Amino acid sequence: MKEKLQSIMEEALAQINGAENLEQLNDIKVAFLGKKGELTSVLKSMKDVAPEDRPVVGQLVNDARAAIEEKLEEKKNALGKKAREEQIKRETIDVTLPAKKPMVGHRHPNTIALDEVERIFIGMGYEVVEGPEVEYDYYNFEALNIPANHPAKDEQDTFYVNSNILLRTQTSPVQVRVMEQGHLPIRMIAPGRVFRSDEVDATHSPSFHQIEGLVIDKNITFSDLKGTLAEFAKQLFGENTKVKFRPHHFPFTEPSAEVDVTCFKCGGDGCRFCKGSGWIEILGCGMVHPKVLEMSGIDPKVYSGFAFGMGLERIALLKYEIDDMRLLYENDTRFLKQF
Amino acid sequence: MNTPLSWIKAYVPDLDVTAQEYTDAMTLSGSKVEGYEKLDADLDKIIVGKILKIEKHPDADKLIVCQVQITKDGETVQIVTGAPNVKEGDIIPVVLDGGRVAGGHDGEKTPGGIKIKKGKLRGVESCGMMCSIEELGSTKEMYPDAPENGIYIFSDNKEYDGIEIGSSAIEALGLKDVTIEYEITSNRVDCFSVIGLAREAAATFRKKFIPPVVTVKENDEQAKDYISVVVEDKDLCPRYIARVVKNINIGPSPLWMQRRLAASGIRPINNIVDITNYVMEEYAQPMHAYDLDLIEGKKIIVRRAKDNEEFQTLDGVERKLDSSILVICDDEKPIGIAGIMGGENSKITEDAKTLLFEAACFDGTNIRLSSKKIGLRTDASGKFEKGLDPNNAMEAINRACQLIVELGAGEVVGGCVDIYDNVRQPKRIPFEPDQINKLLGTDIDKDTQLGYLKSVDLEFDEETQEIVVPTWRQDLECSADIAEEVARFYGYDKIPTTLPCGEATTGKLSFKLRIENIARSVAEQFGFNEGMTYSFESPKVYDKLLISKDDKLRQNVVISNPLGEDYSIMRTIPLNGMLTSLSTNYNRRNKDVRLYEIGNIYLPKILPVTELPEERTELTLGMYGEGDFFSLKGVIEEILEKIGMKKITLYDPKAGKPFLHPGRQANIIYDNVVIGYMGEVHPEVLDNYDIGEKAYIAVLDMPELVSRASFDTKYTGIAKYPAVSRDISMVMKKEILVGEVEEIIRKNGGNLLESYKLFDIYEGAQIKEGYKSVAYSISFRAKDRTLEDKDVNAVMAKILNGLQKLEIELRQ
Repeated sequence: MKEKLQSIMEEALAQINGAENLEQLNDIKVAFLGKKGELTSVLKSMKDVAPEDRPVVGQLVNDARAAIEEKLEEKKNALGKKAREEQIKRETIDVTLPAKKPMVGHRHPNTIALDEVERIFIGMGYEVVEGPEVEYDYYNFEALNIPANHPAKDEQDTFYVNSNILLRTQTSPVQVRVMEQGHLPIRMIAPGRVFRSDEVDATHSPSFHQIEGLVIDKNITFSDLKGTLAEFAKQLFGENTKVKFRPHHFPFTEPSAEVDVTCFKCGGDGCRFCKGSGWIEILGCGMVHPKVLEMSGIDPKVYSGFAFGMGLERIALLKYEIDDMRLLYENDTRFLKQF
Repeated sequence: MNTPLSWIKAYVPDLDVTAQEYTDAMTLSGSKVEGYEKLDADLDKIIVGKILKIEKHPDADKLIVCQVQITKDGETVQIVTGAPNVKEGDIIPVVLDGGRVAGGHDGEKTPGGIKIKKGKLRGVESCGMMCSIEELGSTKEMYPDAPENGIYIFSDNKEYDGIEIGSSAIEALGLKDVTIEYEITSNRVDCFSVIGLAREAAATFRKKFIPPVVTVKENDEQAKDYISVVVEDKDLCPRYIARVVKNINIGPSPLWMQRRLAASGIRPINNIVDITNYVMEEYAQPMHAYDLDLIEGKKIIVRRAKDNEEFQTLDGVERKLDSSILVICDDEKPIGIAGIMGGENSKITEDAKTLLFEAACFDGTNIRLSSKKIGLRTDASGKFEKGLDPNNAMEAINRACQLIVELGAGEVVGGCVDIYDNVRQPKRIPFEPDQINKLLGTDIDKDTQLGYLKSVDLEFDEETQEIVVPTWRQDLECSADIAEEVARFYGYDKIPTTLPCGEATTGKLSFKLRIENIARSVAEQFGFNEGMTYSFESPKVYDKLLISKDDKLRQNVVISNPLGEDYSIMRTIPLNGMLTSLSTNYNRRNKDVRLYEIGNIYLPKILPVTELPEERTELTLGMYGEGDFFSLKGVIEEILEKIGMKKITLYDPKAGKPFLHPGRQANIIYDNVVIGYMGEVHPEVLDNYDIGEKAYIAVLDMPELVSRASFDTKYTGIAKYPAVSRDISMVMKKEILVGEVEEIIRKNGGNLLESYKLFDIYEGAQIKEGYKSVAYSISFRAKDRTLEDKDVNAVMAKILNGLQKLEIELRQ
């Protein structure tokens, strides 16, 4: 009996050693330890063993079983490790194969520029306000100190619906609408579409966007205007950006100025981009004309304010070095996906 | 406005600045300089030379060999030339070895100039070049004293008698100068003149401004004996001055005048024309000269034209006038259109003996409108339409007469006829130095402020504490205007930079804009790129979109002066821009294109349009390539969910959109309201837009979204008890929408219904003709307990009961 057990055990260990994979190992386990396995059959034949020998034989069987199980476990771990290694080896990929990109859309460069501008002014306490694109002549011109027959009306090449209604040529009428409501102080920007009868070419479009800004409060000064726009320019174009205010004329502001910023390509040294001047014109501004305040029911003796306006496309074209404005309205995805 | 710097310096004699310094300073004080052109930028080592001897070239028939004296001491060089017009003794411009000329004799300019070097021409040494006016960078038009062909010859012009050999030819030809190009704002009429700019320059550089002293030598006669003037429409002609010049002697004007005009971009013609142009530049006062002998009745009548009155202007064009246009007439007929152009019938010819000089002031608006109406804009009308100062007219006409005498162009008859009833008086504006500082944020003392003002002739009346504004400064009306005068001479750059203080305000986007931003983000997450298209389009768009003739969409806002029919109506539907953009992409072979746009449509409230239309913001999505109707539907639902519209969205296939595939379109319904529509683009519409594959669009009406959107999200607990799910499989008529099935599930599911999911839909073999098989997995859950079979069975029974009413057959 003892010898038999010994040989079963040796046979089992030999077979376990020779197993090449987990399936074989499982077969071996069944063959020796299963219900019909060899060791199990030895146990079954215990009834033939003399009762006094049974504890000894039982002990031997259990020892043999434990030894086989231990060996099986050991082998199982080894084979498992080997299988994992082989799997990992098999699964090696060429990491330089092309990426699978999800289809993600892109925002229009105008909107990106607008988001930037809005972010800056919201941070300074400005509210973003909208107004009608088809507008009364009164709001677009008259209330902005551009009376009937004023040459500025011609300069702006207006699209008319009738003598009284037009497509707004500027976002300034939104200022008037906000001032009329009389909730002071005012800090607002008004972005939006404007229209002028310019033929389409690389630098003109009959429809484009402007952002108008307005601040009305007590004690607002020209120096506040300068400070505000200098801060805006720094945030939009970089910390080292300088601004230059040049006297100009707009009917709805007095004093008025045009504002240049240091060329963000050359930093002001002069390059092809800024036509050698080192400066790029980006906006017009001024102190709100007392007549404009008066017309909107605000007392210019108590309140003062400043206004500024800029072209959104101009900023987008400058920022992204886009050389043809028509690209902005063609919506070719090869263009749009660049932003 | 282009003016040579030398002309400005003539009236600001102490001005000693470079062109760049001038440009920078003038721009900062408000006279914007667009740029400047140094006339001698590409000229170098060009001197006055004299041809001493000419010999034939030994080897070339068309060349000659000249010995040219190049210094007053008699030094000579040999120059070979092919020029046909030179002879011994001629004094000519010579560019020496190592010098530069501006371009070729054909007038073609070379950027940077052409370097001239000593060399051999057909074996004969040539040490320089004699120059034509073109090689010096100008033209015969601007230098009418230059010969038709060949080298410019000083000695052909008496004015150059005594010119020194070896001196600078550049200087002699008036080319040592800079033309300054200004961009003058429309309010500064006075700065469209040399006088005005010189005044600004003097103030800018704190130098003395010395304008020309105008005195006229007149004969003993009286102009009123030669001419009478009647102004019938004084509203359009506040002032009319006539002066008479007799015994006129037409000839070229002197070179100094020609050169100044040339440098200003004006062609010299003859002394009379040149004087008119010269004074127009100098004083911004247009003048007109008539042949007095051709004026019937020796009478000028200024009146409105008669309707349909015809008149031939100087340019030979017959023009039809009407009563809004002011004309200058003699006793019988019009002889000029006021402020715009004179008539063919009274123009100065070489035979003219006596001139009538007119310096008038016309209503600017009227001139502008008339000029537009007859389609003729001239230098004169361009000045008049800005609204000139009537007080300037007398000085200008006297200046012209002074020049006539000085140039020997005629004899000025004494006096003038001046019709000027309402003499324009200087305006007075209270001087409030503290207010000015308060507006500017500065601390400039009163005297300094007054100093700036005085530098542009704004005097201070101590007694009334007012600023007296000369009549040429029509732009100054109120204290803010005075503040600008102070600011620009103080220097905008010196004004401090501060930030507004005062009551704090909260910066924000409106709710609408926030909703739009979320919609943008979601659309972009699903691959849609943002596009922008025009708000105006062609009325033909409706036909392209198969929209019926009587459809309300065709009621639109029409632009009365569009750029063309293609841009003539304001869109009432946002699809044309989207489909056009998809087409552009398709025809450029871009694959899998997805676009969105957020833009307005314009719906008239009343026709014809007498009040503003309703502007509605629409979100339009369009796509072709990867994806289908249902992927687009997914995007819409995602957008709605992200803006807090979390109720069930329904789709009604009876949307009735002619531009969409009749079997593949739906109205999008939320809260029983149509909030948009979507579908596959009708094949015929695809053809109309030249799109060669299936395309899908959706339009969401943003006002409907904004009014239902909310950021009010509330947490619902994560279920603790298990769900029970039941699958049902049904056979139903094809026409029954799964939406109807779902509605029954929802209605009957009660509180326990958690979700349902379509997991199979099938038509074909094993299913009878006209029917489809549909299978749902329905899930139930209670918040407070584990559901038992009997709970679920009861609900399922209700659902099945409901379904049976739709003649739906359950499958086993």
